[in-house]
Amino acid sequence: MSLLQVENLSISFARYAGWLRREIIMPVRQLDLALQAGEITALVGASGSGKSLLAHAILGILPANASLGGSILYKGEKLTAARQAKLRGKDIMLVPQSVTYLDPLMRSGAQVCLAARGGDPRKLQRAAFRRYRLDNEVEQMYPHQLSGGMARRIMAASAFVSGACMIIADEPTPGMQAEDAAETMKWFRELADQGHAVLLITHDLEAAVAGADRIAVMNAGMTVEWLPASHFSDKGERLQHPYSRALWNSLPANGFYVPQSDWRAVSSREGPGCPFASCCELAAAICREEQPGMREGERGWVRCHAS
Amino acid sequence: MPGWLKFAFGKSVRLAALLAAVSIITFVLISFSPVDPVRAYIGADMMTVGAEQRLDIAVYWGLDQPPLERFLKWVSSMIQGDFGSSMIYREPVAGVIAERFWYSLSLMAAAWLLSGLIGFAAGSAAAMNRGGWLDRVIQWVCYTIASTPSFWIGMLLLMVFAVWLGWLPAGLGVPAGVAAEQVTIADRIRHMVLPAAALSIAGISAVALHTRQKLIDILDSDFVLYARAKGERGWQLYRNHGLRNIALPAMTLQLASFSELFGGAVLAEQVFTYPGLGHATVEAGLRGDVPLLMGLVLFSTLFVFTGNTAADVLYRLVDPRIRGHENDSRNV
Ligand code: SF4
Repeated sequence: MSLLQVENLSISFARYAGWLRREIIMPVRQLDLALQAGEITALVGASGSGKSLLAHAILGILPANASLGGSILYKGEKLTAARQAKLRGKDIMLVPQSVTYLDPLMRSGAQVCLAARGGDPRKLQRAAFRRYRLDNEVEQMYPHQLSGGMARRIMAASAFVSGACMIIADEPTPGMQAEDAAETMKWFRELADQGHAVLLITHDLEAAVAGADRIAVMNAGMTVEWLPASHFSDKGERLQHPYSRALWNSLPANGFYVPQSDWRAVSSREGPGCPFASCCELAAAICREEQPGMREGERGWVRCHAS
Repeated sequence: MPGWLKFAFGKSVRLAALLAAVSIITFVLISFSPVDPVRAYIGADMMTVGAEQRLDIAVYWGLDQPPLERFLKWVSSMIQGDFGSSMIYREPVAGVIAERFWYSLSLMAAAWLLSGLIGFAAGSAAAMNRGGWLDRVIQWVCYTIASTPSFWIGMLLLMVFAVWLGWLPAGLGVPAGVAAEQVTIADRIRHMVLPAAALSIAGISAVALHTRQKLIDILDSDFVLYARAKGERGWQLYRNHGLRNIALPAMTLQLASFSELFGGAVLAEQVFTYPGLGHATVEAGLRGDVPLLMGLVLFSTLFVFTGNTAADVLYRLVDPRIRGHENDSRNV
C-alpha cells in the first residue's frame, strides 16, 4: 500500500474579479500520485503548472478561499483537516525552497529546535547540525547572516529533526551549482534509504531523473504520466505521453529538440476533449471529443489516447 | 569614527537645526498674529486702564522694540539658559513648563501605555482571527473611533462619567478649594482618569489597525507558512513568530507617535481644563505670551524629537538585521 495516495485531486480558488463577478480559477484539475516509503517520487512540471499547490494541499495550509476536489489518502485513510493538523510537522514535513521561509528574527538553532519532535530539541538539533555539516556557531546566526547553502542545510536539518516519515521538498534544487544540487539530492536519498517517503516538487527534469525513483509529469494542472525515472533515457522511446517526450527531448543533453507545438499555450477551457488537443502533434479526432482516461501500463500509467 | 558616535553627532546637528528653524517660524508667525498681548493681559479692565499705563506695560515687556531685535535678544538669553518670564503667569518660563510638565507627563504616559497595550492586543486578536466576527467587531470599533473627533470623545466621557454618573471630577488637575498639602495622589489620579481615557481612546484605533495590518503581513509571509507546515498554530505561532516580528515596529510607531500624543493632549487638556502643557500652550497662544509660547514650542519639539530618536536607537539595538552589520553580534 502506498504511504500517500492522491486521486483525481483538483484545487480551485474563488476570487472576486471586480465588484460582483466571482470567478473560479482551477490551477490543479487532475492530479494523481502515489508515494511509497523508501522511494523518492518527483512531480515534474513547468513553473505555473500548479505543482507547488500540491504540497500545501497535503499539509492543509492552502489559503482559506481554496477548495479541493478528489481525495488524498494517507496510510489508507482520508486526510481530513483535523488529521492534517495532527500530522503536520510530525508525520509530514515540508522542506521549503528559500531563506525567506526562515523567521528573520529568530536564531537558526532555535528554528531547528522548534521543528524537533520526540526527544530533547537541543540534542536533536546538535545532531542534525553535525549531520548536515553546520558549524556550531551557525546556531546563533540570524537568517540574514546565512549563505544560501547554510539556509538549505538548516531547512534540511529541520526536516531531519522532525522525524517525519514523509518529506515534501518544494523546488529544492533550482539555480544551484551542480555539486550543491547533487548534495541536496544525496540528502533526500539518505532519507529515502532510511524508509522515508520523499516527494520532490521540481521543474528540473534532469535533477529528477538523476535523483528520483518515480516521476509524475505534470502540465496545465494535470498529471499526464506516471512512470519509473529510468524510463527517461535515450530518445525517450519508453515515454508514453507526447508531453513527457517533448519535455525530455528539450533538455540540452538531448539536443534541444523542441517540438513544433508550444505545450504551455494550453487552453484552460472546460469542456470535452484533451486539454492539449490544440497543441499536440499527435492529436486525432477523438482527442477533441473525449478526455483521455488513465491507462495503466506495465509500470505506471498515462493519460493519452495515442499511447 | 565609531558608528554610535557618528549617529549621535548626526542627531545633535539635526536637533539644533530643527530647534532653530522651529523658533524662527514660531516667532515670525507670532509677529503676524493679530493678538495684542497688552490688551489680552488687561482683559476686561481695558476701560479702566489708561493709554499711558498700557504703554508702560508694553515697554516693560519690551514690546516697543522691533521684532528682529526682540528675537535676537531672546536667542542670546536663551543660549545662556534664560527663557525669560511668562507674561500671563509672571513666573520664569522654565518654572511654568517644569510644573506643568509633570501634569502632562503623567497624563501622556498613562494614555501612551494604555493605547499602546490595548491597541496592540486588539490588533493582534483581530489579525489572528482574520475575517472572523472578532476581527470585524474590532475593525468596526476602530474605524468608528478613528472617524470621531477626539474632543468629542472627551465631551462624551465628561457628560457620562462626570455629569450624569458623577463618578469622576469634571476638570482641573486637583480638587478646587483644597490646600496644596492636602491633595493626595488618589485625588490627582482621579482627576487624570478622564483626560487620560479620552487621550488613549483616540490613540487605540491607530495602534490597533496598524498592528492588525502588520501582523497580517507577517501571517501571509513565507516563514509563517513554513511554521504552520511544521505544525505550529494559534498562540504558539503568535508567540514564536507574530509577536517577535511585530513588537519592534509597534514599539517604534508608538515612540514616533509623540507628536500626535502631544497634539491630542492639547485638546484633551482643553476639554477637561487640565493644567498641563497643552492647556498652557493654548493660553499662551490666545493671549500672546511670546516667551512662554516660544519655550513651549521648543520643549514640545524636543519631546517629539526624543521619541523619534528613541525609536531609531531601539531599532539599532534590537533588530539583528540592522545590528548585525556593524559589529557582528552573533554571541550577544
Ligand atoms: S490525448 Fe490526444 S491530444 Fe491529448 S496528449 Fe494524447 S494525443 Fe495529444
